[in-house]
Amino acid sequence: MSNIVDVPVGPQHPALKEPLNITCYVDGEQVVGAKLRIGYNHRGIEKAGEYQTFIQNLYIAERICGICGIVHAFDLAQATEHIIGKEIPRRADYLRTIGLELNRIHSHLLWLGVAAHEIGFDTLFMYVWRDREVVMDVIEDFTGNRVTYALVTIGGVRRDLPQEKAEKMLRVMDALEETVKKYKEMCLNEKTIRMRCDGVGVLRKEDAIALCAVGPTIRASGVPFDIRADDPHAAYDEIPFKVVTYDTCDVTARILVRIDETLESINIVREAIKKMPSGPIRARLPRAVPVGEGVGRTEAPRGEVIHYVRSNGTDRPFRWKVRAPTLANLLSIPVMLTSKGDYVVYIADVPITFASIDPCLSCTDRAVKFVDVSSGKSWVWTFSQIKRMYWKDKPCWRERP
Amino acid sequence: MGLVDWARLRSPWVLHFNTGACNGCDIEVVAALTPRYDVERFGIRLVGSPRHADILIVTGPVTKQVEKRLKRVYEQMPEPKFVMAVGNCCASSGAFRNCYNVYPGLDNVIPVDVYVMGCPPKPEAIINGVVKLLEKLKKLKGGAS
Repeated sequence: MSNIVDVPVGPQHPALKEPLNITCYVDGEQVVGAKLRIGYNHRGIEKAGEYQTFIQNLYIAERICGICGIVHAFDLAQATEHIIGKEIPRRADYLRTIGLELNRIHSHLLWLGVAAHEIGFDTLFMYVWRDREVVMDVIEDFTGNRVTYALVTIGGVRRDLPQEKAEKMLRVMDALEETVKKYKEMCLNEKTIRMRCDGVGVLRKEDAIALCAVGPTIRASGVPFDIRADDPHAAYDEIPFKVVTYDTCDVTARILVRIDETLESINIVREAIKKMPSGPIRARLPRAVPVGEGVGRTEAPRGEVIHYVRSNGTDRPFRWKVRAPTLANLLSIPVMLTSKGDYVVYIADVPITFASIDPCLSCTDRAVKFVDVSSGKSWVWTFSQIKRMYWKDKPCWRERP
Repeated sequence: MGLVDWARLRSPWVLHFNTGACNGCDIEVVAALTPRYDVERFGIRLVGSPRHADILIVTGPVTKQVEKRLKRVYEQMPEPKFVMAVGNCCASSGAFRNCYNVYPGLDNVIPVDVYVMGCPPKPEAIINGVVKLLEKLKKLKGGAS
């Protein structure tokens, strides 16, 4: 007779860097089902954004996620420029592309280290993070900060890339390419990695499409879906690059997709520096945004990010909505963690399977559903209820100007 | 200085808890543990269980959802325990002040020993915070906090 036990993982767990709760239903060593509970990271950014101007919102947008911060700032700026309907200088597009790609390199290397840590291969974790510091130095040199860049602004960028910094960047890219190729070799041939990752966390192609997975998760299932190629923005229309896909659908495929993308990103940075035109880096756009709706989308390191902004003619957005890639990818976690027929999931594979989508919960937790834990009752609060609750002590609930 | 104090001073183990951070501080905390900055030279190690930890490193604004878990983790740590608030949002909710779901600072929920400011603080700043905390530890007599 089978005896199914619930094993809760999180919200504080050594394998998770962010608060999230996965309840695994376990029969012996096998995982037969999984349930996710998110929302520990919900801060209410979209609401706070309605009380700040568009320029101030860039600051908070960058802090939606610290790893892919520039992506959110870029998307919000793109959506705002979409409403205003003016072109920005071409050089700014190229500088944004360089920022986005440096961000992707740093994020993918970070993930490779975390993945190595999850399978207990701490040597690789330490090596990768040592080499990642080189990219962080380049980013700091270019934007003035290591993690939150504050590079993008509405109408362009805030910092130019002088010739000598560009040359230094190219030299670092050459050295980095060698290192990343070495890691690719290591991941292809190292027996410990292959034994832990081959055939683990399988997400079949049809499941990936049905569950609307995005980014490296769907590309590792053999679907060439990349917003940079499908809907070119910034300077991606002038820079040739390859959309990397693998079709083994498992964790190994996701590792290799990310390593190959890092190599592609290095090439994109090189191309962008080579082709970058001279000229102004910022257009002056009006502070009050005309009435309308705008959408900004781009390929974050984890997948497609969409920002929707609606303006009512003032300098503050009427509504700002963010859809982060992890929210789309989380749906595939229960599928990956469910044993079915020949496919068996063991408890030891849970951390690496979960980490393989590169979860970023600070991006994801955009909505809350209130649950009374003792009675299990759940409800949704209306705006007026929240307003009544927080009216007195929170200045953000003051009437809008 | 007793044997216990001596041992604690030379290998304080830390537990990292994310209370709703944007990940910026988290990656800098991890960067401080990796070869370029390497806080392991002070005997500092990241551990997985609150029961093994001496120092709780908290990053991010404290959201209402995570408050209960944070208190439970804090209570599970053995005495004497120390808390380090890393980042502006942990100290004073920073960029997320006025958000409806966050507390205006970690010290509204649990007592804090060291604040490290910055958005996010550089790994050097985090190491500086750790060293300050070790000095505080040194002044303690008989392990009472």
